[in-house]
Amino acid sequence: MMREFGFDDAVYLLLAARWTVLLTVVSALIGGAIALFVAILRIVPFRPANWLAIGYINLIQGTPILGQLFVFFFGLSIFGLNVDAWTAAVTAFSIYASAFLAEIWRGSLQSVPKTQWETSAALGLKYVQRLRYVIIPQAVRISIPPTVGFLVQLVKNTSLASVIGFVELTRAGQIMNNTTFAPMTVYLTVAAIYFVICFSLSQASVKFERRYHVAR
Amino acid sequence: MNYNFRFGALAPYWDDIVEGVVLTLQLSAIAILIGLLIGILVAALRTGGPRLLQILAKSYVEAFRNTPLLVQLFIVFFGLSSLGLRFSANEAALLALSLNLGAYSAEIIRAGIESVHKSQREAGFALGLNGFQVFRYVILFQALKAIYPALTSQFILLMLTTSIVSTIGANELFHTASFIDSRTFRSFEVYTAITLIYLVLTLGFRSAFAAFYWIVFVRRPAR
Repeated sequence: MMREFGFDDAVYLLLAARWTVLLTVVSALIGGAIALFVAILRIVPFRPANWLAIGYINLIQGTPILGQLFVFFFGLSIFGLNVDAWTAAVTAFSIYASAFLAEIWRGSLQSVPKTQWETSAALGLKYVQRLRYVIIPQAVRISIPPTVGFLVQLVKNTSLASVIGFVELTRAGQIMNNTTFAPMTVYLTVAAIYFVICFSLSQASVKFERRYHVAR
Repeated sequence: MNYNFRFGALAPYWDDIVEGVVLTLQLSAIAILIGLLIGILVAALRTGGPRLLQILAKSYVEAFRNTPLLVQLFIVFFGLSSLGLRFSANEAALLALSLNLGAYSAEIIRAGIESVHKSQREAGFALGLNGFQVFRYVILFQALKAIYPALTSQFILLMLTTSIVSTIGANELFHTASFIDSRTFRSFEVYTAITLIYLVLTLGFRSAFAAFYWIVFVRRPAR
């Protein structure tokens, strides 16, 4: 049955955007936890650990997220795990986020001047203490703008979860298109909602960048 | 776990995989070329064009950078065709990919142009070059050298995102994967193998770009 694209349909799309946001937030949190671990593996003075981290990052950054999504959607069931689209999406996007955040955070950790390491060593702090009390607090400040910038990428990439059937904003748009058959209106509305989310984040990233440059 | 891995099931589809790889490379190469041209044009407009064009250029960049490629693809393929402007899957894919890359590379190139010291521009004008000549002979080469790493990462990212155009039925590598999957039902093997092919392509691209950098910017010093 065909009908016009109306106000209720726009509301339906807005409600579907909740799932886009939720998927982004959960993936960023889980991915962030893994990324912290990988970023530290990447800089500790122990070569095999560095290599392991580099291999992981290259594997994830060198393959399409769509492929990763499919590997988890079809792959986890092999191990007897019954995965629904939500689980597969969260797993894939967390791992995707972990590789990119790890690289961003490694850059931030390494951009803390070497003298900070040396000074804290001279003060008698152990490696973990140096990292915990001296390096990480400074690196966090440097890392905020690019991290927020990456979140924009993540929000946009969650649109791919539609391909495995998870009903987020893009999938909701497809469903809507099937009932109203007004692709231009539907997808422009979808794009506008993404734009509002992503543009706010982009602006926040620019603002952070300006603030921290002034502070330095 | 009692699953038997059978990567051998993919062997009969070798030809299809090669075809998919070729189309992926073709799509990437053409989109990179058009996208780069759009990027240079838009970046030049954003940094030195008339006010109105500056605003237009900025709107284009922000619109494409803040919405997902998948949705852009749907707007081009389904949206425009509902208005009577019909494209084949490959044409729609190329259009969306080029416009998408154009927005990203414009932003990168703009950063490169702004990183060239303003004394260079002034020196160019002092030598009697006009605005276009200053851009073409003084700024562009230096700007491209500064942003080369960022730009090539963006190209590699584009190569990986071509997988998305499989959703509208463009016959590239990832679409080949779904095709083989629907014939063999070896989903995990298919997508793992395809993912690894992308990894090889990425590493190949990366080495090629590094070699190109060395030839253009290192061996022959900046003019």
